[in-house]
Amino acid sequence: MGPWRFLILNSHYFLGANNMETFLTILLDGLQFSSYLFIVSAGLTIIFGVMKILNVAHGSFYAWGAYTAAFFIGKFSDMGLPDALGFLIILAAAIVVGVILGFIIEQGILKHMYERDEVLIVLATFGLFLVLEDIILIAFGTDPYFAYQPMALLESVELGGITRDVYGITLIGVAAIVAVGCWWLLNKTKWGTLLKAVIFDREMGISMGINVPLVYTLTFIGGAILGGLGGAYIAPTISVAPGLGTEVIVLSFAVVVVGGMGSIAGAAIGSLIIGLLRAIAVHELPQVELFVVFAVMAIVLVFRPEGLFAPAKPRKI
Amino acid sequence: MRNSSSILQVRNLLKTFGAVVAAKDINVDISQGEIVGIIGANGAGKTCFVNMVTGYLAPTEGSIKFEGTELVGLGTRKITHAGISRSFQVSQVFHSMTVEENLMIALAIANNRGADALSLMDTPDLRSKLDEVLKRYRLEPQKDATVSALAQGVRKLLDIAMAVVSKPRILLLDEPTSGISVEEKFDFMDIVMGALKEDGVTVLFVEHDMEIVERYVSRVLAFYQGEIIADMPPKDALADKKVQEFVIGKEHHKKKK
Amino acid sequence: MFNDKTAKFLLLAALVICVGGAFAPNWIVNQFMFGFSRALAILGLMVLWRTGLVSFGHAFYFGLGAYAVAILDSKLGVSDVFLRLMAGAIVAGVAGFLIGFIMRNYRDIFFAMLNTAISMVLFGIVVKTESLGSTDGFAISASTIFGLSPETKYPLFVIITLVGLASALAVNFYLKTTFGKLTTAIRDNEIRVEYLGFSVAHAIHLKYTISTILAGGAGALMAMSLGQVDPESMINWTVSGELVFVTILSGPGSVIAPFIGSLVFEVLRTYAFELAPQAWQLIMGATFLTIIFFLPGGIWSLIEKLGGKKNEK
Repeated sequence: MGPWRFLILNSHYFLGANNMETFLTILLDGLQFSSYLFIVSAGLTIIFGVMKILNVAHGSFYAWGAYTAAFFIGKFSDMGLPDALGFLIILAAAIVVGVILGFIIEQGILKHMYERDEVLIVLATFGLFLVLEDIILIAFGTDPYFAYQPMALLESVELGGITRDVYGITLIGVAAIVAVGCWWLLNKTKWGTLLKAVIFDREMGISMGINVPLVYTLTFIGGAILGGLGGAYIAPTISVAPGLGTEVIVLSFAVVVVGGMGSIAGAAIGSLIIGLLRAIAVHELPQVELFVVFAVMAIVLVFRPEGLFAPAKPRKI
Repeated sequence: MRNSSSILQVRNLLKTFGAVVAAKDINVDISQGEIVGIIGANGAGKTCFVNMVTGYLAPTEGSIKFEGTELVGLGTRKITHAGISRSFQVSQVFHSMTVEENLMIALAIANNRGADALSLMDTPDLRSKLDEVLKRYRLEPQKDATVSALAQGVRKLLDIAMAVVSKPRILLLDEPTSGISVEEKFDFMDIVMGALKEDGVTVLFVEHDMEIVERYVSRVLAFYQGEIIADMPPKDALADKKVQEFVIGKEHHKKKK
Repeated sequence: MFNDKTAKFLLLAALVICVGGAFAPNWIVNQFMFGFSRALAILGLMVLWRTGLVSFGHAFYFGLGAYAVAILDSKLGVSDVFLRLMAGAIVAGVAGFLIGFIMRNYRDIFFAMLNTAISMVLFGIVVKTESLGSTDGFAISASTIFGLSPETKYPLFVIITLVGLASALAVNFYLKTTFGKLTTAIRDNEIRVEYLGFSVAHAIHLKYTISTILAGGAGALMAMSLGQVDPESMINWTVSGELVFVTILSGPGSVIAPFIGSLVFEVLRTYAFELAPQAWQLIMGATFLTIIFFLPGGIWSLIEKLGGKKNEK
């Protein structure tokens, strides 16, 4: 048996699985988990990269996206409309949440804080997070929402001996599209060059004539849309209940820290690492599921605080 | 100038940042009590030199000996303890505190070493030292003013006063008069140099203003592109061809414009 | 140590509160117990805040203190209030001292986040460990004082007040030493502090350790006041956020501030929960934003303005 064949046939051991089915389950679970984490974290990291703000309220965009999507999917279903519309609702929910919340927050609160201490801004976003979490409770109530329709619509498929929901696999596809989209935006458009200039050095961006306030607003809204999209797309697969935002935000922090704050590639790698780690833990050693993610975060902070892919910083003498 | 009472001996100092040579072949002996002016165009290596002597930057090669002790590798804190202090081009002070509080902290750090740091700071002993410094540097009238509200000149005085309270034997001043108006420059330097002379401190200061240099120093080190191109008394230095071309010439051109 | 205005006020206030507590209804006594327990942690965070550092993970030490009491109780049957308090403070303090070696080299966001990461590691462990009660937590037997089991909460209340008093006096003294004065200096200009000859890393290490001891003590006292521990209200990052909120709410101006701020927080929370349970976080968040924008010095700065400028020299 050649070395490559041996490796492939036994690759499942690398993920701690002792057979092909478990391996595939862990792999797909991990990829799905990484996917929605990536979508959310991409938004978080780009906001940090451009505006140097660690946006705690990002968890709220996720929660709002989930609730809005779940609410309307339910409503439309009750009205007898086709389930396929659910996908449109998801997209619309993400955009509406991102634009409205993003705009209000950036123009109403953040704009007035840019010269202040960065930690103070983080505290302000924490305050915003608290406010938004309660508004969800007031608007949507405390009972969970189940908007399973889009997932049921796509049914399931047999892969390598296991049954998977097609919907979950499309989530991976959406994450891939987001990744490619971000890459294309940053590297192949004029907008991307402007963004990279501002990420590198805000002062330089201003002196180059870039309308930095506009860049800030659009970046924040874009990031918020991504946050909302993560929540909206995951909504059909979970019970949308209070406390969604609290868990996701701290996982996103972990992703962004591991990958490097301000780097989309970093967010991708970070999500993969954390998603796969968590999937392995859930299947093989459930006690360490939460602990392992934050242990990795702590280790990266201690040994490589900039993360694995932090964008280069200009030298300030 | 080799001198038996030289307290600072710099040998073959070299500092590179990748391909950029910030300082090269620096060899200098400074004697106790000298007042030395360091001149040179921007980027010539003056602040780099000060940074290396005070431990903020580590030289790529070379040695800096102070009273026989090797300074390279010690770091700013230990070098301050050894007796070398500096002031800054842009005054580095505690902007949310008053002048008095700034000086008290400087005095406390200088006097309350080790376990003493856990005893009350405001003691009669420190108070009397504080009053002395306030008087010497004419800072009494502003002692309760918050630093962020002070004029540039007062801030620089404070910056220098804070560097001096640890009773250093060598003091490096980085452009002490930059930002101070022409009318006030000499008064400012009179206060500073007068106070320093009383303590017999060896002073090196970086300066662009040749009038100041002429008036206060006994020796000039001229830098150009990271090297010392002249090491002589001020009158000779100002008349030296190389200095004229590479240092003053540029100053004159600036003035003409 | 006792001859400045703050110290005198603290002594007087403690006396009044201890005496008053004997006649006050239970619910007031409880508010004070919870508030003053938390205030201990805020005291420590205030010292860090003055140094320009914000930790978003001090629930780690708070939780360690609380769970130390719980474990001591369930595994070793320790019920003495002083032993429990010491255990909480020491466990947290040792952890803080060790972690401090790493933490003292971090600032700003990274300082905040490393603390968060460490606290969530503990959260993750406790939540998934049956023997530690996982998400339900577990109850703690009543505390005994010198072997005696008190009928009411009053003795515990007095002890908590006195511990608060002692801590406030200690920190007040600390802030008047050279080490303590360095808080603001380090925040303003670290490089100058090093150039003047003081090790910023050492200073921060000491302050961090102090804050962890206080947070651990706070957790222990809170556990004893509540009679139970659970990870969601003691270790989760939201608890760290709450601690930061109360720190900002109180303001950094005086060691009295954390106690006032904690009481306000306690009262606010109790009433908000009664009137509109869905609005507590909203109120907290809105207050947070209001303070950040309009009253950065916290409640204490308001008190200072109203009472005329207090000259503490």
